[in-house]
Amino acid sequence: MNRLVCSVCCGAACMLLLAGCSGWQSALDPKGPAAGELAWLIWFFTALCTVVWLLVMAVLILPLARRPAPVGDPLVLDAAAERGKMRIVVAALAATALILVGLTLLSYFANRTLAAIGSDAALTIRVTGHQWWWEVRYENDQPNRILTTANEIHIPAGEPVRLVVTSTDVIHSFWVPNLSGKLDLIPGHENVLDLKADKPGVYRGQCAEFCGAQHANMSTFIIAEPRPVFDAWLKDQLRPAAAPVSTEAQTGHDLFLKRPCVMCHKIGGTIAGGTVAPDLTHIASRRTLAAGTLAMSRGNLAAWIADPQGIKPGAHMPVVGLNGDELNAIVAYLEGLK
Amino acid sequence: MSSADLAHGRDLAPQRAAAQKGDLAPERDGPRDTGLDDASLERWLARTWQTVPGIIGALSSVDHKIVARRYLITAFVFLCLGGLSAVAMRIQLSGPERGLIGPDRYNQLFTMHGVTMMFLFAVPIVQATGIYLVPLMVGTRNIAFPRLNAFSFWIYLSGGLFAWVSFALDMAPDVGWFSYVPLSGPEFGPGKRSDVWAQMITYTEVSSLAVAVATIVTVLKQRAPGMSLDKIPLYVWAMLVTSFVIVFAMPAVMITSTFLILDRLVGTHIFNPAEGGDVLLFQHLFWFFGHPEVYIIFLPATGMVSSIIAAFARRPVFGYLGMVLSLISVGFLSFGLWVHHMFATGLPKLGASFFTASSMLIAIPNGLQIFCWLATLWDGRPIIRTPLLFVFGFFFTFVAGGLTGVMLASVPLDLQVHDTYFVTAHFHYVLIGGSVFPLLGATYFWFPKITGRMMSERLGRWHFWLAFIGFNAAFFPMHIVGLWGMPRRVYTYPVELGWGNINLFITAGAVVLFLSFVLFTINLVYSASRGAPAGDNPWNAGTLEWATSSPPPSYNFARIPVVTHSEPLWAERDTLPVATGLRVDVRELVISTVAEAYPDVREKSATPSIWPLFAALAVGATFLYSIFSPWAVVWGAGPIAITLIGWFWPKGDPEDEE
Amino acid sequence: MKQRPAADLSKLPTFGIGPRSPTWWGTLAFMALEGTGFALAAGAYLYLAYLSPEWPLGVPPPNHWPGTIVTLLLLASVVPNHILNRYAEACAMVPVRIGLIVMTLLGIAPLVVRWFEFPALNIYWDTNAYGSMLWVLLGLHTTHLITDVGDTLVLTVLMFTRHGYSGRRFGDVGDNVFYWDFVVATWIPIYLLIYWMPRLD
Repeated sequence: MNRLVCSVCCGAACMLLLAGCSGWQSALDPKGPAAGELAWLIWFFTALCTVVWLLVMAVLILPLARRPAPVGDPLVLDAAAERGKMRIVVAALAATALILVGLTLLSYFANRTLAAIGSDAALTIRVTGHQWWWEVRYENDQPNRILTTANEIHIPAGEPVRLVVTSTDVIHSFWVPNLSGKLDLIPGHENVLDLKADKPGVYRGQCAEFCGAQHANMSTFIIAEPRPVFDAWLKDQLRPAAAPVSTEAQTGHDLFLKRPCVMCHKIGGTIAGGTVAPDLTHIASRRTLAAGTLAMSRGNLAAWIADPQGIKPGAHMPVVGLNGDELNAIVAYLEGLK
Repeated sequence: MSSADLAHGRDLAPQRAAAQKGDLAPERDGPRDTGLDDASLERWLARTWQTVPGIIGALSSVDHKIVARRYLITAFVFLCLGGLSAVAMRIQLSGPERGLIGPDRYNQLFTMHGVTMMFLFAVPIVQATGIYLVPLMVGTRNIAFPRLNAFSFWIYLSGGLFAWVSFALDMAPDVGWFSYVPLSGPEFGPGKRSDVWAQMITYTEVSSLAVAVATIVTVLKQRAPGMSLDKIPLYVWAMLVTSFVIVFAMPAVMITSTFLILDRLVGTHIFNPAEGGDVLLFQHLFWFFGHPEVYIIFLPATGMVSSIIAAFARRPVFGYLGMVLSLISVGFLSFGLWVHHMFATGLPKLGASFFTASSMLIAIPNGLQIFCWLATLWDGRPIIRTPLLFVFGFFFTFVAGGLTGVMLASVPLDLQVHDTYFVTAHFHYVLIGGSVFPLLGATYFWFPKITGRMMSERLGRWHFWLAFIGFNAAFFPMHIVGLWGMPRRVYTYPVELGWGNINLFITAGAVVLFLSFVLFTINLVYSASRGAPAGDNPWNAGTLEWATSSPPPSYNFARIPVVTHSEPLWAERDTLPVATGLRVDVRELVISTVAEAYPDVREKSATPSIWPLFAALAVGATFLYSIFSPWAVVWGAGPIAITLIGWFWPKGDPEDEE
Repeated sequence: MKQRPAADLSKLPTFGIGPRSPTWWGTLAFMALEGTGFALAAGAYLYLAYLSPEWPLGVPPPNHWPGTIVTLLLLASVVPNHILNRYAEACAMVPVRIGLIVMTLLGIAPLVVRWFEFPALNIYWDTNAYGSMLWVLLGLHTTHLITDVGDTLVLTVLMFTRHGYSGRRFGDVGDNVFYWDFVVATWIPIYLLIYWMPRLD
């Protein structure tokens, strides 16, 4: 029975190892130098630990194969054998100490490598955690070049970027595993995370410190683009919001400004100037809604506005009483905010 | 030292003259056990030490075995509740975007799971095992401060009820077992949920501190004559070190929860960054307790492993001195690595590297213990019974958990896996592998002593294999899904991430693990009434608890053993040397010297009393009221004072007067 | 298992004083855990002070006089406390009764002055974190003071009853002396932290 159990276990473990690696949000699929260093470290530690574990198990299991000895006096021990064991135990202890020293040094040097990644970062992005979304601000010396957006962080590929992270409510943790390890966003503290994406791509991240009801739906995307694309995006985002192009959108625009929406949201170029919720100036240019909860689409926009508590229970977005036409108008307006 | 020497008094401390000077009432004497025949001795002792029948008698009991049994059963009930909450979570997570449990309920569930398992199951059950076994293993008749011990149970019970009643009322804490501020603070934690957390902590810590003090004094002062420090069983050493760790660690969490409740209730700003407070202070204080907590749960389990290995390998554990030193150094080192829970908070790099080194360091004494056990088993050619199977399960899982612990100690590596399912996997390997498996082994091992009946070996083996397979199926894949990016404490996850199949597999494993506990419960109930009679020493083990009957009588030992070896029953195979000269009409114990265990004083042990229950009610009501008003402390002071005076005021028993 | 008598304990005394008694060790253990609590609370204060650029957050330092008087009273009480201990060891009833009355009064006196310490802090607990920590530290020590005075009071009454004529009760007096020393010893660092640290620069 034991053998059967073992083979079932091993089989299951192998299948699991091979099954997945979706790579979307995985520490084992590095796309940047920090994550690469860490993935190497993870594999090295895992290999070493597996060897140690197998050795211990071998020493545990092997004696079972021997013939049982006759039961004797439990206090009569073979002095020479005991001395031999003492030598082996001491040797094992010394080996343990050596391995641990090695691993400590290894992680110390890995830490130094990580610290060197962003030493020449040209771009500083301030990420502020909110329950349950990310405020993203591109810092610039000229106030009119500061860009505030939400949840999606565009960066130039191949260049180090410095993230200054903090929070105004509870503790969150910024973590995009394909690019780097995580760092906490703590009210009253500012932390610095440097990262770099080797190639253009979209990397998913997610809040890693429990932050309340909707901790599970607080994701973020890092979108790495070639420098020219990034520059164009930045320029585009700095523009005020697009004017409504249809009458329905115009109705939506007017409704938006008359309803409580403006208390929380900002739309650049209008009187909507709320700062407690995501900036909507270019909302339609983003890929997702509600911090990665829904894909951006007309239907999802309508669903989210009509029933935020059904989609993200506990979220701070209230239900605003709108009839069907009003809802359609607002969605039409927002959909135009590219 | 042989027992013959003791008989001649050569190794006894010179007896100091009894202090009969001064204003003392004349000493009353009573019948002694010297020369008394066994039957009348047992009659006398049974009458003196019995727990009075009836409800009042039961509520007044101070017998360590009765209190321990209540603790064990209560902790088992909480284990079941914690397990059920885990199964509920696993069903919600068995597929992506399941709507079975909403975020509000889910967050309460994972918080109650953690809180229950840590504070209402793990710590109480290891302490309860100690309450039962330590007095028997050191050869005394009751635990030190037996009324305090009874009090601690009532406080623990009320704390546990308080937490689960609040869950039933939908006001259970919902921000995780470590309840970080500001999420639990006045601004972001509305309602009473975090107050419930804070006061539940106070209840359980008061009770475990009380037990720790009683355990320390029992081990230091109540050991049987001759049980010098080098003859203390390893399990008792483990409990002693654990109790010291509790004494120095638990105040930290009481301070943390008190600060939190002050911030919430009376408007202090200790954790409020806007007014000069700091949110990371909470984490420092909490983990100064929280890391030693892991060892509070783990060290007693190492003692159980040592006991089981010695009995089944049929030899003393290899390297006694090394084992004791490693226990003590783990106890010390456990206070030096709390920061490794905070690597992601952006601490200065050099400080973090220091804590990597200190976290790695603790692997050395833990490694030493593992090596000594392996050396014990190497030529023992052990007899494989269910207790030893669980010890093998312990090796398999705990060593794996220890090694992933080494991975977490590395700052950079931790930054990837911190707060993911990798960490969830790691600490379940350490806590279930390192503590629950030894506890299950210990149950099979000591159940015969507690009930007088053996547990079913057949069911036991089924239980082991189901638990072992279920556990590994549930928790091994969590390492992988953690590395794939799944954070802890999410009530749902999107389909696109591809975590669905592996989570379904994990849930299946969890169900198997749960079923193994159903089987275990059946085995417990069945064996308690139908199991084969065990006899005094079914495993032919060497420590003193096996020298008395199963279950032990209220007075534990008819005559107090005189100890000549760390495995006294193996050293004295034919007759057990015993001490004589104790009174049999009052509850008399031998108090011995700390290091050499020379008999020093014949002191009286406290008689049963209802007052510890009243005191617990007064204290419990004060804690409960204090989540609503700070005036609770003022209103509660009177009843608490009255019940404590009732507790300590002499009632005229000979035990009080001498 | 058969037994054979190997040690005769019939001549052992029925009570021990100081480290010979389990109660003394219990008291010591409780001091250890409460001392840890004090140390951590003081550590929390120092941590916040270290983090903050302008500790004590722009508040004038407290008026130290009530605190200084409490300190002097507590230090003075150590002498009669130890005289009481000597008599308790000798099991001498009359001097022990007198000593306990003296110690009760010497416990109440600092409590009375303590009442004036809270307003002398010049800040409320809910003003800022500095105020919170002062009140927490002072409150923590006051709790110990009240508890020990209550304990001394009950013990004093007890020693005036027939229950007093027992070695165990004299041992309790000794443990009470021991605990009072602890209450005095823990006050000194807290006194320095509350009253003198804000004056450091």
